[in-house]
Amino acid sequence: MADISIREVRKSYGNDEVVHGVNLEIESGEFVVILGPSGCGKSTLLRMIAGLEDISSGEIAIADKVVNALEPRERGCAMVFQNYALYPHMSVADNIGYALKVAGMPKAERAEKVRQVASSVGLEEFLDRRPGALSGGQRQRVAMARAIIREPQVFLFDEPLSNLDAKLRVQMRHEIRRIHNRVRATSVFVTHDQHEGMTLADRMVIMNKGTIDQVGTPEQVYNAPATAYVAGFIGSPAMNFLGGQLSARHGAVMLENGAMLPVDARLAQAMDGQLVQIGVRPEALTLCQPGTGSLTATFEFYEELGSEGLHHLKIEDVPFSVLSETKMRLEEGTEIGVIIPQEALHIFGAETGRRIDTAGTARIGVMA
Amino acid sequence: MIERTPWLNFATHAILFTGLFILVVPIYLVIVAASQTLPDVMAIPAKLLPGDQLVVNIRAAWEEAEFGTKFTNTLILATGVVVGKIAIAALTAFGIVFFNHRLRMPIFWMVFITLMLPLEVRIVPTYAVAANVLSPFQTILDAAGITWLIDALTGIEVALEWNLLNSYTGLIMPLVATATGTFLYRQFFLTIPDELVEAAKMDGAGPLRFLWDILIPLSRTNMAALATIMFVVGWNQYLWPLLIITDPNYGVAAVELSRLVPNMNTTGGDIPNWHWAMAGTLIVMLPPVAVVIFMQRWFVRGLINTDK
Repeated sequence: MADISIREVRKSYGNDEVVHGVNLEIESGEFVVILGPSGCGKSTLLRMIAGLEDISSGEIAIADKVVNALEPRERGCAMVFQNYALYPHMSVADNIGYALKVAGMPKAERAEKVRQVASSVGLEEFLDRRPGALSGGQRQRVAMARAIIREPQVFLFDEPLSNLDAKLRVQMRHEIRRIHNRVRATSVFVTHDQHEGMTLADRMVIMNKGTIDQVGTPEQVYNAPATAYVAGFIGSPAMNFLGGQLSARHGAVMLENGAMLPVDARLAQAMDGQLVQIGVRPEALTLCQPGTGSLTATFEFYEELGSEGLHHLKIEDVPFSVLSETKMRLEEGTEIGVIIPQEALHIFGAETGRRIDTAGTARIGVMA
Repeated sequence: MIERTPWLNFATHAILFTGLFILVVPIYLVIVAASQTLPDVMAIPAKLLPGDQLVVNIRAAWEEAEFGTKFTNTLILATGVVVGKIAIAALTAFGIVFFNHRLRMPIFWMVFITLMLPLEVRIVPTYAVAANVLSPFQTILDAAGITWLIDALTGIEVALEWNLLNSYTGLIMPLVATATGTFLYRQFFLTIPDELVEAAKMDGAGPLRFLWDILIPLSRTNMAALATIMFVVGWNQYLWPLLIITDPNYGVAAVELSRLVPNMNTTGGDIPNWHWAMAGTLIVMLPPVAVVIFMQRWFVRGLINTDK
């Protein structure tokens, strides 16, 4: 068990900097998910923790020990790879026990340990098979077992579920959480799948273009996204965005189409005239008769989601969606009203993209 | 898309059988000649059916050419080339593919250039080196004036010498140091996914451990292919042994076979012993054929690399 601290870490390939001075503290036993689109530097960051990439500048410490110069094997991390990276010529048992073999553990002891770990992930029947004869889910389990058996201080997961089909992915997700609850090793999990992130994480780290946009619990990230980018990235269906301007006189945001959305008067007062982007989640909205709601939109098409319906609208050519249990299948082009509750508004500076809260100042979520 | 028409079928089979004919007939003639008595071999018109003297001729050829010793020598040569080549090829390719260092490309190109300089091209300098392995160093010492200096200071004349003529080492070494195997291995190593390398690193395996536990077992089919090729190449060596071996105790099969084939020296103007020569050819051919047949399954897999 160990905490990880990442201080001003940068990574560049030649002149190309891909990670721009990242700071992050991960507590011992915590499950942290690093979430971001491909190319945001999340995997690079993970690989720097693992020791598979050099750190261009800055410092990474595991259990208060700076590991910059240490070899991967000396860092006490175990890693689960996206393509499992099992040794194709070894049996499942040998794959799982390889690290122990390298460490010089006697054969009998090793076999016993392998059996224990294998049974804990439901692999005891497959110990003699080669990885080639296993299904994707089973291979994933072997990869997990290989990491668990080392009893590492830190578990690193590099998009380990992205090669599985949807059902198996959910199942393995629960499995990983169960293992974490049992083992309680510090875990860092990299993914681009927000569902994985939301369900697994104690805390999430949202990365965007080589920097960290926000660090927080899944609720914090969902309820109070620190930037417009995070707001758009987290939540499905994605958040709606509309351009507007704060107006002290109206105590509201004046949208580009003239509609007024009331906001906290102090905020409007403090930042009068500020160009903003407002964000509202589709699930926070209600449909109503045209003219009676906060604004009026035209109906485009409807998507059935089972328990709810997703209504795709347009406001002055800006797409806008509303998720509700009341399902309305309307003709394309029909006018319809939308009710936007004041507490559902997320306001971001139009230029900075940073969240503007009632105090009238930009803040960066709950930056650690 | 393969078209199938009667005409095309016929044409392709005709080509196939022509090729087969061209390949098989000489071998058949060898077998025929090896199984006849000398008068039958020399008879005109030639007798095209095998006789009953095969065993007799083979025994005669075996004794005449002292194949007992030669086969042992050739086996040592071929095995030495196989083992040495695989070891050197795997290690070089390992160094070129898996390590990021400044000399990586220069070394790669140096190895590459040796492809353009096969043994036959550099046979004279190679002979000179084999005659005295240390002669290049001697030359350097002479040119740098160190020999003179030591002579002047101590009165000792530096004369480095290490002779490899008439030895197994001399036979094997120059054949081991060529690039083909390195390339085969390099191509294979390039197909190893990075994640596998990283997984091994995370599991705590150092480079040599990784080579031994993971790369070597994974390259089994490659190794088989290379071993097959190198065994045949080693077994068929002619020019190099002919050049550096003068002691008959180190003679190899191919060279000895050429001595069995009739010419003015062997017959002294008598009737040439073609039946023995052909019987000798047959037995010299057997070991490589056996190796190829035995290794074929692995050999093909290793070259086309569709394993897994």
